[in-house]
Amino acid sequence: MITFDRVSKRYPEGHDALREVSFHVERNEMVFLTGHSGAGKSTLLKLIMLMERPSRGQVLINDQNLKDVSRRKIPHLRRQIGVVFQNHQLLFDRSIFANVALPLEIAGYQHREIGRRVRAALDKVGLLEREGDLPVTLSGGEQQRVGIARAVVNKPQVLLADEPTGNLDPALSSEIMHLFEAFNQVGVTVLVASHDLSLISRMQHRIMTLRGGNLIVGASEP
Amino acid sequence: MKRRQTAERRDGASQSRTAWHAVLRSWVLHHQLSATDSLHRLLGNPVSSLMTWFVIGIALAMPVGMFVALENVRSVSADWDSPAQVSLFLRPEITLEAAQLLEQSLLQRPDVGATRLITRQAALEEFQQLSGFGDVLANLDDNPLPNLVVVSPPDGGLDGAAAEAMLAGLQALPEVENAILDMEWVQRLNSLMQLSRRLVVSLGALLSLGVLLVIGNTIRLAIENRRQEIVIVKLVGGSDPFVRRPFLYTGIWYGFGGALASWLIIAVTLGWLRGPLSSLAVLYQSEFRLQGLGMEGGLALLLLGGSLGLLGSWLAVARHLRAIEPD
Ligand SMILES: Nc1ncnc2c1ncn2[C@@H]1O[C@H](COP(=O)(O)OP(=O)(O)OP(=O)(O)O)[C@@H](O)[C@H]1O
Ligand SMILES: [Mg+2]
Repeated sequence: MITFDRVSKRYPEGHDALREVSFHVERNEMVFLTGHSGAGKSTLLKLIMLMERPSRGQVLINDQNLKDVSRRKIPHLRRQIGVVFQNHQLLFDRSIFANVALPLEIAGYQHREIGRRVRAALDKVGLLEREGDLPVTLSGGEQQRVGIARAVVNKPQVLLADEPTGNLDPALSSEIMHLFEAFNQVGVTVLVASHDLSLISRMQHRIMTLRGGNLIVGASEP
Repeated sequence: MKRRQTAERRDGASQSRTAWHAVLRSWVLHHQLSATDSLHRLLGNPVSSLMTWFVIGIALAMPVGMFVALENVRSVSADWDSPAQVSLFLRPEITLEAAQLLEQSLLQRPDVGATRLITRQAALEEFQQLSGFGDVLANLDDNPLPNLVVVSPPDGGLDGAAAEAMLAGLQALPEVENAILDMEWVQRLNSLMQLSRRLVVSLGALLSLGVLLVIGNTIRLAIENRRQEIVIVKLVGGSDPFVRRPFLYTGIWYGFGGALASWLIIAVTLGWLRGPLSSLAVLYQSEFRLQGLGMEGGLALLLLGGSLGLLGSWLAVARHLRAIEPD
């Protein structure tokens, strides 16, 4: 589902964020990505989202080579990938419902269908009764769950998460991780970047480790 | 749904039609959504929106108002265009009998179609009636007005050179103190109008540019204010047209509201002038009635405003939206 083939990324400042990274994530697999701060976890996820382009090497998503995706086609790619960010990236002047509905509006769903899917997604993250509230009225963990609902509402094949439990307490963190696991069990390919080693090592999934831009553990060669 | 649609499109012609319908429907839906949402945003900020609308309104009202004024002048002067009349102001010592004789003799000339004698007495009475200075004038010992013969050219009129010749011939008459070709000032008025029209056009172009810049700058600020939202929309797969659309509608609403404001400004100004102008018209025994923008003119103004808004926001969006990318 996700293939990196000797991918390097050098930012304009001349710093190598990724060096010759190769790995493969199978369809329906759940994989953790870990490493110290600055190891290149976020950079790796940005390459998948085409927020950045690799300096060398190839990235394939669902057999599509991302180097063939022109700037104009990027939105189409992003609609197939759900993303969860550490800082939620919610719209604070819109209701929780409207936040979760955003990807569906972009995809052009009809009102009724949007309502149905948004409620289904909010139900899965346990926030159904809060749909009319503004995000500021939620706790950090709840905001993160809104972000997750938004990421899965369009039924993406791939779900990415960058430090989704960054500043949550251990109980909440493990709750969030099990939420990802639940989506994985219904057929979504999940890739989660996290440096909460104690939490992710307790879960039974592959762990890839980056160090200084090199993938040192967990690659499964294509 | 996108993915499903592509699949359907491959399945067959009839299904591809329904897929296209769905795409079209969602496109229309987002246009409606952008239009109403951007209008709500403007109405939700009434003070700053009203200020922008009136800035645009004033900028549009100046050239459009001048255009309306010119149209009025044109409709008045059209009545005077032809045939040109010559007013012969007779020397003070010419008696009424002599004036009547002159009127008769003028009729014999081939370049004269009709004459009308306005005696000094009739002129004074008319003036007393119309001016409201009746009492003052009644106290005058002497009637200061001369006898006047108004000479019209024959049916079909005279061309410019013949009119000049007639004027020269009439001016040379011994009884005539002063001969004035009304055409002269009509011509002057016409060239003045031509000049004014060009001034209005260049002023209009300049102020339209101003409106464009005002709207462009307002949209730039709106984009800046919603930077975070734009980033998020792009992250979850919003295309450039999707992101652009609300801002384009915002521009259209600004231009539209500005045009409405200028329509209002012009209507109020004209209403304010209407009273004095119609009494003036009565004084001049004119049928003149002040013409406003009219429905057609108003709609054209709205169209102009909307187009300027769209263009202004397009310029801003093209410059600033592309630069906002998630990082
Ligand atoms: N936009 C950028 N421009 C220049 N350098 C960058 C940029 N983004 C990241 N880097 C650099 O690339 C390296 C990898 O950064 P990255 O954000 O991928 O690390 P990370 O593993 O996500 O770290 P953290 O755990 O702190 O989030 C870092 O040294 C960082 O300074
Ligand atoms: Mg990071």
